[in-house]
Amino acid sequence: MTNARAFAALADPTRREVFERLAHGPLAVGELARGLPVSRPAVSQHLKVLKDAGLVTDRPEGARRVYQIDPHGLGQIRAWLDQFWDTALDAFKAAVERDGDPPADEDKP
Amino acid sequence: MSSTTIKPAAIRKTLTVRATPERAFEVFTAGFDSWWPKTHYIGSSPLKRAVIEPGVGGCWYGLHEDGAQNLWGDVLAWEPPARLLLAWRITGEWAYDPDLLTEVEVRFTGVGENQTRVDFEHRGLERFGDSDAADRTRVSMDGGWGTILESFQAAANA
Repeated sequence: MTNARAFAALADPTRREVFERLAHGPLAVGELARGLPVSRPAVSQHLKVLKDAGLVTDRPEGARRVYQIDPHGLGQIRAWLDQFWDTALDAFKAAVERDGDPPADEDKP
Repeated sequence: MSSTTIKPAAIRKTLTVRATPERAFEVFTAGFDSWWPKTHYIGSSPLKRAVIEPGVGGCWYGLHEDGAQNLWGDVLAWEPPARLLLAWRITGEWAYDPDLLTEVEVRFTGVGENQTRVDFEHRGLERFGDSDAADRTRVSMDGGWGTILESFQAAANA
């Protein structure tokens, strides 16, 4: 079952982080590994699992290999929604605090 | 290969807002249009207004500049000021599908004077894979997805 395999692949937090970085656009392994607390070979291993699960695809670009989220993988929906709700809830928080009556103990400047 | 079915983790978010639960619930629902990102809608016409109708059985939907109304789902539980449960019936291909049920639950808990913790959960994501309509329209996903991600990035960077 493609679905189950896809989501099993995402259960690992580092793998999820790798996956979510790819949600922003295609990246090479070196770019992906930057800033992650794991080695580049470990990132490659995560990418292999993600690729096997049908969540990402790769293509050669010159000497390097560029990874991107497989547009047909269901996991993309989750990655998108996760980011989307962050945006929406930030906006909600701003709206609540902007429109609310200021608390009595907060003097206006 | 293991045959164990693993469901996707629900999307969970927790935030604290400077407001009472009553106010937070009200802004989330009655004030939905004041915060819903206008960059996020389904259909081809720009979003004019986003609405959550009060009460169980109410709908949430977008009203568009061309006059169209695009349903997103309906209200499954309406328990002000503590809890709201919405059905999100939009497929991964940005189409309304009445047979799709994913749930968006929002809980509002007072945690101090004028402070409310908001626990958000979007669950049942495994059902995105169930719909025949999703399979039929999957081909059209690439373009739409790219556009929406660009909108998202613009909103996030604004």
